[in-house]
Amino acid sequence: MNIHAAADIPTSPADYSAIAPELAMLGTGLVLLLMIALKRFKNDSWYAAIAAFGTLFSAGWAIALWNAVESGEVGDDHVRFAFSGMVVADGFGAFLSVLICLAVLLGILLSDVYLRHENAGKAEYYILLLFSAAGMQFMVISNNLVMMFISLELLSVCLYILSAWHRDRSDSQEAGLKYLLLGAFSSAFLLYGIAFLYGATGTTNLVGFEQYFAENVLFSSGMVLLGMVLVVVGLCFKVAAVPFHMWAPDVYQGAPMPVVAFMAAGAKVAGFAGLWRVLEVGLSAYELDWQPLLWAIAAITMLVGSVLAIVQTDVKRMMAYSSIAHAGFILTGLVAANEEGVRGALFYLVAYTIMVMGAFAVISLVARRGEQDTSLEDYRGLSRREPLLAGILAFLLFAMAGIPGTSGFVAKFAVFGGLAGAERWVLIVVGTLASVLSAFFYLRLVVYMFMEGLPLEAKTPTLSRLPVPGVSAVVLAVTVFFTLQLGVLPEGLLDIAGRATLFAG
Amino acid sequence: MDTVYPLTLSALLFGIGVYGILARKNAVMILASVELMLNACNINFVAFGAAWNEISGQVFALFVIAVAAAEVGIGLAIVLLIYRNHVNVNVDEIDSMKW
Repeated sequence: MNIHAAADIPTSPADYSAIAPELAMLGTGLVLLLMIALKRFKNDSWYAAIAAFGTLFSAGWAIALWNAVESGEVGDDHVRFAFSGMVVADGFGAFLSVLICLAVLLGILLSDVYLRHENAGKAEYYILLLFSAAGMQFMVISNNLVMMFISLELLSVCLYILSAWHRDRSDSQEAGLKYLLLGAFSSAFLLYGIAFLYGATGTTNLVGFEQYFAENVLFSSGMVLLGMVLVVVGLCFKVAAVPFHMWAPDVYQGAPMPVVAFMAAGAKVAGFAGLWRVLEVGLSAYELDWQPLLWAIAAITMLVGSVLAIVQTDVKRMMAYSSIAHAGFILTGLVAANEEGVRGALFYLVAYTIMVMGAFAVISLVARRGEQDTSLEDYRGLSRREPLLAGILAFLLFAMAGIPGTSGFVAKFAVFGGLAGAERWVLIVVGTLASVLSAFFYLRLVVYMFMEGLPLEAKTPTLSRLPVPGVSAVVLAVTVFFTLQLGVLPEGLLDIAGRATLFAG
Repeated sequence: MDTVYPLTLSALLFGIGVYGILARKNAVMILASVELMLNACNINFVAFGAAWNEISGQVFALFVIAVAAAEVGIGLAIVLLIYRNHVNVNVDEIDSMKW
């Protein structure tokens, strides 16, 4: 190794427009950091408002980037690599960047209500939320495994702290510790895998992998396969795919509600994007090797998630297993490995983000202060007490189960369409079976809310009506509207998701 | 130098780290084991970088060192928080939810 090696590293001029959405997100976080150093507001909602404003700003940049990609301004084939190939400006990244902004925005609104309610608010919460979101955004545009690892760590480390945020609930700290220990464990596997991929090809650039495999015939591909499996393990942990899902139920049950909703949506988006970029771009030459692996993971994830959700008695825990099952459905889009499948998975991510935010908004309201009422029993006869809230939750649960007329149905239909195109009939059967199984536990909660009487215990008279803050009402209105809209008129978003799949690096 | 020697060393370190995480009950020891695993990766990166006569392996190792420090910093902070409530940090006794 000589010193001149440094001069050989190709450099490109800084291309800030490619990472403008991420810069806006990070910048807002830094502004908040400076603000609390200078002066603290009495009312924490100010911080929420600034964070929301920054997120909108970031979304604006992401949409501008999308338009540039679509009009072909970014470069050849609607794709441009920036920062020496570290990141890529393409439709896929811009689409998911906007989706992450949506998740952050709804997450901030939920957090504002929750933190005031629990008296746990601080500006630092929003700073961590924004940094975590920036990590997610960097992850969906990263074209280099170094970049991907660091983005993943940025988003994870912030989520570890957010999970342990609630100081008065020991469950929250326990969730933070478990997430941290298992998360660090899986990061090490991911890193070990990256090391082997680097060793096999001499580069960490994903497009570099593609070129290397196109130009060289490997004498033995053991090192590539080992690296590939380890990377898949590390990323599947983040999307909570079986058998790497053990952390999810505990973390979902313990962590604060808005954090759970944000994590369920955002970490899934980032993990899915990472898998797509590593497998479909970097290791496309090894498609025949990773497809069976992903096939098996997707199949058992759908089944195990749906089956184990049935035996849960805690609604947050049930939502954790439901989120695991949804991760399986999203992964089937990758197994199909065609444009239709990836388009379906992108649509599914949007639909899931909206549904899970709405569902957690209701669950958070029903749970009251300190997140006490989260068991199934607490939902008994909810429709008598709160007909509107029960109706909204029932609608969102129907959407998650995939009842026609909701976004959940279109999403499942879209990913299965991709599978049909790839002639993966067995996986379609497994997926349909898992949907039927999952419908059971969603409908059971609906039955608890609508068909059962109020509990007879002395608890009943003390239960007052649930106050619904205006911010929560906004979240509920938005999520219900889009769940219905994407279910009835999905063509617009399907079309955009299809173009995002086309304009991908 | 043959790349096999550092790779063997790192595989051993990685194995010890995995064993430590699975066998140890103390959260601090588990964090230490994670460090061992990450450093095994670092050895791999440097070894492969030398084998390819490429500098990015060493750069990556530097990044990993920084990330690992941040991760352990957060980890110890959460462990301290738990210690204040539970007066011990054995993961098999922190089980108010099903583990």
